[in-house]
Amino acid sequence: MVDAAHPRGPKPRRRLSRGNIMLYGTLIVVAMYYALPLYVMIVTSLKGMPEIRMGNVFSPPVEITFQPWVKAWSEACTGINCDGLSRGFWNSVQILIPSVFLSIIIASINGYALANWRFKGADVFFTILILGAFIPYQVMLYPIVIILREMGLYGSLWGLVLVHTVFGMPILTLLFRNYFSAIPEELFKAARVDGAGFWGIYFRIMLPMSLPIFVVAMILQVTGIWNDFLFGVIYTRPEIYPMTVQLNNIVNSVQGVKEYNVNMAATLLTGLVPLTIYFVSGKLFVRGIAAGAVKG
Amino acid sequence: MATSSGTSKRPVRLLRNLNAKIASIPMVATALVIFIGCTAWTILYSFTDSKLLPRLNFVGFEQYDRLWGTRRWLVSIENLAWYGVCSLVLTLVIGFTLAALLDRKVRFENTFRTILLYPFALSFIVTGLVWQWILNPDFGVQQVVRNWGWEGFTFDPLYNPDIVIFGILIAGIWQGSGLIMVIMLAGLRGIDEDIWKAARVDGIPTWKTYVVVIIPMMRPVFVTALVLIASGIVKVYDLVVAQTSGGPGIASEVPAKYVYDKMFASQNLAQGFAASTMMLVSVIIILIPWAYLEFGGKKRG
Repeated sequence: MVDAAHPRGPKPRRRLSRGNIMLYGTLIVVAMYYALPLYVMIVTSLKGMPEIRMGNVFSPPVEITFQPWVKAWSEACTGINCDGLSRGFWNSVQILIPSVFLSIIIASINGYALANWRFKGADVFFTILILGAFIPYQVMLYPIVIILREMGLYGSLWGLVLVHTVFGMPILTLLFRNYFSAIPEELFKAARVDGAGFWGIYFRIMLPMSLPIFVVAMILQVTGIWNDFLFGVIYTRPEIYPMTVQLNNIVNSVQGVKEYNVNMAATLLTGLVPLTIYFVSGKLFVRGIAAGAVKG
Repeated sequence: MATSSGTSKRPVRLLRNLNAKIASIPMVATALVIFIGCTAWTILYSFTDSKLLPRLNFVGFEQYDRLWGTRRWLVSIENLAWYGVCSLVLTLVIGFTLAALLDRKVRFENTFRTILLYPFALSFIVTGLVWQWILNPDFGVQQVVRNWGWEGFTFDPLYNPDIVIFGILIAGIWQGSGLIMVIMLAGLRGIDEDIWKAARVDGIPTWKTYVVVIIPMMRPVFVTALVLIASGIVKVYDLVVAQTSGGPGIASEVPAKYVYDKMFASQNLAQGFAASTMMLVSVIIILIPWAYLEFGGKKRG
């Protein structure tokens, strides 16, 4: 406090001290290691098969060809179907859209009820819901098959949508509950005084104020559902397999000559949706996973 | 925090706050039917001799006896133990080290973070397939090193039963360490700048400040990271399916895959139920100390 106005101590080090070289050197090497698989996917998918047989996975393509991409998208075979990954892509889209909307709508209303309209016993169910997130899915897989079969939804897109909604609920409800709890209570009380009810407050006050958290929830769900494999393989049939399942079937199929370039193009195509979301959303993605992780 | 529902006059108790109750139906149904109901159902049926279809013909612990007498299950458990311990230690160490490096007021921090975290956006299937290709002995790392002139170099983890689980580990850590780094970084940012200043004034070297001061302060963050990694480990499934399909032979089988194969491929339902119940038990064993630390610790403080 005595001499706060004037800087004290030794001068800050010059930028390129030995420590800094070490620091940046390490970070660059590590970053290169992490980036390597993406690079390998891209260069492999742009090479022709003869070139792949001549070289190794890291060598850049001499002659760039987009043929593998075309083949992966529209010709690659799984079993008897030879219409490529496009089928899986559209299946995934059809699964994704209703799942994301349904799960977010349900969880946001639920989180709102838990934050502002808590009733007796609500916390008990909420605790069960959160603890349930830790139960390995394998324990619940088969009974859910029975439930879906009884509902006539087993093997259909809507069955899978329901499963995604259910298993997305713990984390999303937590996310929304915490967010709505942080909104000043005076706002809620003022609306009550003005005669707004449960839905009125939700639609006119809470919803417009919580766009960021909706975006976070959306990012969380889109990547989560797009990347799902287990539920897709169990609760759908081959014609409506999501993209991840179809990708695995294409690449790991035992028959035929292995076309590594097509495989890598297919892999990259499947990773493209979450990667785009990741690179575009940036900080929000980080916020989403941090919110999901630290509190969960 | 507090509810405002009790302020108006009280009609019938059940109908009070009715909208909130209606809004909570999905949560209540999920909690009761799926999380409690389905779990209880599976545990109950794990004591039966269900084969193709579930049936209530109780046989006691026979399924569990058979489970622990099956070589494939034992291999799965051993794999999971190796994978779990290595992945826990390595992910924590790598995650913390990277976070500490990035916390040194690095320029281009955002770029580095973006690169380190992007694998987490990819699915395990994509991760597994890429690493399957990179570790391919004919074209991948092994061949590259051989081309450099080291002819006898062997690095084919995915084709060597003894080390195949470590091939999967490489991919798993690549995918998951970014998440832990981000969590650790958030924890490091939460630490008061004055503590660093105090340590500097006292002349404590940086590394020692981390070990003696910062890491103990970050205990809650480490616990969270630990729980996250641990609950992910038990579920390992897609990665193995994509990378090795459990091979060579049964060398890289994991419990989650055992459960799937018993339930949906070899029509041995009760065996799958018993195996999945064992998975649940292991999660509970992980969770109880955590719950104790988390909630028991608060009372003391």
